[in-house]
Amino acid sequence: MSTLLLRGGRVIDPSQDLDRTANVLLADGKIAAIDPPGSTTADQEIDASGRIVCPGWIDLHVAHREPGNDDDETTASATHAAVAGGFTSIACFPDTAPVVDNRASAEFIKLQAARAGHCNVFPLGAVTKNHAGQELAEIGQLVDGGAVAFTGAKNPVANCEIMRRALEYARMFDRPIFNHPQVPELVAGGVMHEGHWSMVLGLRGMPAAAEEIMVSRDIALAEMTGGRVHLMCLSTKNAVDLVRRHRQRTDQKGRVTCDVTAHHLALTDESLRSFDSNVKVDPPLRSQDHLDALIAGLKDGTIDAICSDHQPHSDEKKALELDQTPFGIVGLETLLPLCIRTLIEPGHLTWPQLIRCLTLSPANILGIEKGTLNAGADADVTIIDPDVRWTIDPARFRSRSRNTPFAGWEVRGRASHVIVGGKVRFTA
Amino acid sequence: MMAQPAPAARTGWSRKHLLGLEELSADEITTILDQAAEFNRLASKGEKKLGLMSGSVVANLFFEPSTRTRTSFSLAAKRLSADTIDFTAAGSSVSKGESFIDTARNIEAMGVSHVVVRHSSAGAPHLLSRHLKAGVLNAGDGTHEHPTQGLLDIFTIREHRGTLSGLTVALVGDILHSRVARSNIWGLKKLGARVIVCGPSTLIPPDITKLGVEVSYDFDEILGQVDIVNLLRIQFERQRSAFFPSIREYAHFYGMNGERLKLAKKDVLILAPGPINRGVELTPDVADGNNSVILDQVTNGLVIRMACLYLLEQHRRTGG
Repeated sequence: MSTLLLRGGRVIDPSQDLDRTANVLLADGKIAAIDPPGSTTADQEIDASGRIVCPGWIDLHVAHREPGNDDDETTASATHAAVAGGFTSIACFPDTAPVVDNRASAEFIKLQAARAGHCNVFPLGAVTKNHAGQELAEIGQLVDGGAVAFTGAKNPVANCEIMRRALEYARMFDRPIFNHPQVPELVAGGVMHEGHWSMVLGLRGMPAAAEEIMVSRDIALAEMTGGRVHLMCLSTKNAVDLVRRHRQRTDQKGRVTCDVTAHHLALTDESLRSFDSNVKVDPPLRSQDHLDALIAGLKDGTIDAICSDHQPHSDEKKALELDQTPFGIVGLETLLPLCIRTLIEPGHLTWPQLIRCLTLSPANILGIEKGTLNAGADADVTIIDPDVRWTIDPARFRSRSRNTPFAGWEVRGRASHVIVGGKVRFTA
Repeated sequence: MMAQPAPAARTGWSRKHLLGLEELSADEITTILDQAAEFNRLASKGEKKLGLMSGSVVANLFFEPSTRTRTSFSLAAKRLSADTIDFTAAGSSVSKGESFIDTARNIEAMGVSHVVVRHSSAGAPHLLSRHLKAGVLNAGDGTHEHPTQGLLDIFTIREHRGTLSGLTVALVGDILHSRVARSNIWGLKKLGARVIVCGPSTLIPPDITKLGVEVSYDFDEILGQVDIVNLLRIQFERQRSAFFPSIREYAHFYGMNGERLKLAKKDVLILAPGPINRGVELTPDVADGNNSVILDQVTNGLVIRMACLYLLEQHRRTGG
């Protein structure tokens, strides 16, 4: 029996309302006990004093690019970046080439993840065959192959009828549809948030209304079908309000969930003044009033989870003119310090609130038995050094891609140890 | 005989690049205008060819079609005795898949000191300025800015009216897709003019009043109070969907014609950055009439571009 004792850390586990100094014993890949008897010894010990010990973090959607675009990222490099950033589980987008729209492709991702041996990977399946938006993918077969939710990735499920049927069908398996809530016609050719700065910079805008309309539609369809909708990367004030009112109005709590990225909390649309392709993300960075509403949504629990929305792109793809470069930035390795800077330091969230957004909530959304330190649970644990100061240096990323706007930022806090299934997979 | 270089006087200029009028101060804009006026004065004395940029190489990189701006920059560089490289995207390696930055770097490697760039993407000159050692002049980037056009419009107005302060300028037409409008607004406001933007509501960005301009949808109503009318071209090539029902309807409300001109002040100046769609933005009788200064604009474009190149060159030579 192999054992590991995490000694003297501040143990925060929102799944059991725990926040106190304690020892955590791991045995044979499972959580054995919190505060085992004082005489307990273990094969290995980690001194966690001055650190935070919490369930391993879960990222709701990561683009890992394999198969098809392994110049940007692979399952191995994405999972390596994940553990370096503090994550023990990631859910992976199906927008690979070929698309993950059948059982074999889902199983391939799990196989590649097992070969890489860094962290757990949960495939997200396509909603429609080949992402074409025409016919439903084989959702049941995908569930058998390990897919935990269904999504068009960065392509919104635009057709209302398809969305309705997908919700109805996926409900049979108690699986959610992850939507990128955006009306395509209103953002066609867009580069950034539509507002003052898009007008000044002469860049095509993506109006907030494009998101609000789709969020409104998805809430209506979730209520109608009883299906589960997860809204990815909320970025607008009114969208947060719509979700909040839905929760207040009905007894269907949990039917509609949502997340926000760390970078949407850290930057506004004014950053586009640099014309830097690393501030071109989808949904776009918004203005300060939207950003404030996202923080309010996190504070009152309207927004369930925080994710990286990791979107790796090689330098060649990002070194193009702004309107020709793809959307997205890498985020796995910068999420924690951004959350500390935007949420913990200003006092918007407590550590237990932040950790809930990274553990229990995403586990519940994905319907996976993770995100807890309950005895008997998988021994996925993240240990945080909340005070260490460091400088973000993309050259040191484990990700294959370097597309971040945060290069050179002086930040605080990082994962010091990441334990997956009882094994230490990353040490800072 | 070639004139000797003017003494390297303090130009009050401290920029390596000219990317837009947004970031320039009123003093910097005035410095450019005064330098252009000086080149005009020299030209009127017959000193058209100056040795001020002898030995320097100016590359004109045009990734988007242009006749007027490209030839104007090319001639401006030649008048300053610079060597020029003219590059247009058609038939270049860009069509073979080479990236924009790689193309620019390769051309820069020929010893280029200044790059003049026109591109359909907003921010393309800014991207180049981060990757090249050469000074970058924006000759129009997408729907963002066209600083030398803004400067030559302002120069033309100043030439006729002496000052910008207190004048009312109407920018008419497709404001949303117009880099000329943006550069004009920055420059005119900094120099104290009142600016009214006028056009169909679909072509005026809602937030534009934050720049300190007034908005009107009724051209006839504002005509009587303006000193200058700048008729922007309808950017058919930039419009992704229908912004107005028909060209005929546009011309009906916003086209400048002889009848409409009667509503304006007698001495109103008519500007148009061109190339104009005759019969849409304005009719030939107005374009060629007494109020039109359209050809002055073209003439002034040359000295404005000479001034910009010269100031950047001075900055470079003094080790800036």
